[in-house]
Amino acid sequence: MTTPGSHLFKYAAPQKFYALAGRMWPWFAALSAALVAVGLWLAFFVAPIDAQQGQGYRIIFVHVPTSQMSMLIYLVMAGWAGVGLVFNTRLSGMMASALAPTGALFAFLSLVTGSLWGKPMWGAWWVWDARLTSELILLFLYLGFLALQSSIDDPRRADKACAVLALVGVVNVPVIYFSVTWWNTLHQGASVSLTRVPSMAAPMLWGMLTMVLAFWMYTVAAALARVRSIILERERHTEWVKHAVE
Amino acid sequence: MNAQPVLRLDNVGCSKGGRPLFRGLQCTLRTGHWLHVAGANGAGKTSLLRMLCGLSPIDSGDIFWNGQSIRAQRTEYQQDLCYLGHLNGLQESLTALENLSFATALRGHAAPLAQLAETLARFGVAGRGQQLVRHLSQGQKRRVALARLALAPARLWVLDEPFVAMDDAGMRMLEALIAGHLDHGGLAVLTSHQTVNIGSAPMQTVELRS
Amino acid sequence: MKAGQTRRVGTGAVLLAVLRRETALALRHKGEVLTPLVFFIVIASLFPLAVGPESNLLARMAPGVLWVSALLAAMLSLQRMFASDYADGSLEQMLLSPTPLALLVAAKALAHFVLSGLPLVLVAPVLGLQFGLGGQSLGILMLSLLLGTPTLSLIGGIGASLTLGVRGAGVLLSLLVLPLYIPVLIFGAGAVEADASGLGASGHLSVLAALLVLALFFAPLATTAALRISLE
Repeated sequence: MTTPGSHLFKYAAPQKFYALAGRMWPWFAALSAALVAVGLWLAFFVAPIDAQQGQGYRIIFVHVPTSQMSMLIYLVMAGWAGVGLVFNTRLSGMMASALAPTGALFAFLSLVTGSLWGKPMWGAWWVWDARLTSELILLFLYLGFLALQSSIDDPRRADKACAVLALVGVVNVPVIYFSVTWWNTLHQGASVSLTRVPSMAAPMLWGMLTMVLAFWMYTVAAALARVRSIILERERHTEWVKHAVE
Repeated sequence: MNAQPVLRLDNVGCSKGGRPLFRGLQCTLRTGHWLHVAGANGAGKTSLLRMLCGLSPIDSGDIFWNGQSIRAQRTEYQQDLCYLGHLNGLQESLTALENLSFATALRGHAAPLAQLAETLARFGVAGRGQQLVRHLSQGQKRRVALARLALAPARLWVLDEPFVAMDDAGMRMLEALIAGHLDHGGLAVLTSHQTVNIGSAPMQTVELRS
Repeated sequence: MKAGQTRRVGTGAVLLAVLRRETALALRHKGEVLTPLVFFIVIASLFPLAVGPESNLLARMAPGVLWVSALLAAMLSLQRMFASDYADGSLEQMLLSPTPLALLVAAKALAHFVLSGLPLVLVAPVLGLQFGLGGQSLGILMLSLLLGTPTLSLIGGIGASLTLGVRGAGVLLSLLVLPLYIPVLIFGAGAVEADASGLGASGHLSVLAALLVLALFFAPLATTAALRISLE
């Protein structure tokens, strides 16, 4: 009984996926590097100077993609976690664990680039606007995930516990975002907002999209590479791992 | 409730920390029989018992109660099940009577204090009902934990080392209790390092080795 | 089986048994229950010491300070929810009970609220007076805490069940639970502020009530899943 997609199920076995990931990740890494080059070229040489913000605004070509990726990765992570809980597959949990550090990295970068953008614009290294504050809380959620992962010795239990945490987090993210937005408008009105991205001319849009794609490719490459080492560590008692590392 | 309950293990396997403990366990247990799970330390006896209770997921194979997988009928199965693990399940800061009252309530039943006290007496802990569990000896704590078995009806008893910390009198009492349970149509699964003599009840043994 | 003399009881009686047990345990460990309350008072008192006793400043800070202090105090007592039952095997027995685990968990969260949250609600107005909050604001403060602390107990149960038996559970629990507490904090403190500034707290209080209802539905389910995972 073979349906068209059923041959893909063999990749749910860690051993097969290890080999597949090994072949795939260098391509994604190369693609990511190429896209970053194109994106940065678009960002620095093609996109025009903004009337109000001058050259400094160019940091948004990194800031906006990183914040979008950090949220997207959390969703994907929660998705894998859910799959792992429902179908009790080992690999799903490993994928979620592989994605988390990259997600945290992007959240952190988003905060740093947001700060770098804010300083020349508003004169402060940090502003408590709704987006940045939500991003900060998202970083806390990532750090919580990573902390829980490292505190539980049994990897299966760690995966499942982190899966519950990720799903609870994903449900909470809209609630948190809503609350923080309310809080921000109530206290500061419309005064400060880092999210006022200058109206987009076409080259800017292309640059932004290229960077988003570049980070996406990087995420896939990093996750695949990381999941390989997770697989090796988790399956170290099996025969194929012992042969693989000889 | 099924008058002739049957427990069936079908190709059950278990692994811990990536290492397989045992595989391909096959066994059918009928009314009035008891199952002795044997094996060296670390062979996976406790893991098997926890899988039987539904506390741990079944790594491979399946366990059937009255023809249906226990995964598909959690509540009904738990209604029929009473588990005594390594831990007594007793709160040290509560009295023996309070603990028993709560344990009975958890199984969806209630019993008057007099009956609880009488049960404690039957298990050899008479007069200690109002004492905090903290002040009882290990053996007495185990007896209080075992007293749960007599208080709420359960067809299947899963007992992990029930004879540990019991003196001779206690062992005789427990053996008689289990024999009575089996006579009335119950089943029991237990592990024990000591030789156990449960009257004339038919016994099956499952030996765990990797 | 001679157990036929015990009679069956409904779910309500089982949940009452849970509440009775938690209360009995709390009464025998009064220190465990009172310490977070004292902590609440101490933390709140640190702020005037840190920023100076200027009354306008304190009155402005009061909603936020009191809410954060209440939050931290509520968090301190979260470990009590499951840790000791986990250690002595009672939690295992609860998982094996025919009564749905989600209901048992909800009962435990309710007990936690009554024993840990309610004292905070009752003591908060006294601290509010110290910070110079007016009469109506004190009432709103109590109401916001009354609506918010059950949510804190429910969400806290998720964290407590995830970190059972884990190294460094106390601090890890705080890290996991605090981001989830932020919406309650924003609307709780916001309610008192809105009232103080004349805007009316009803919007904030409604959101707090909505958060409570959401938590009531989802938190026990998440906690149940986490408990089963922790006891595998």
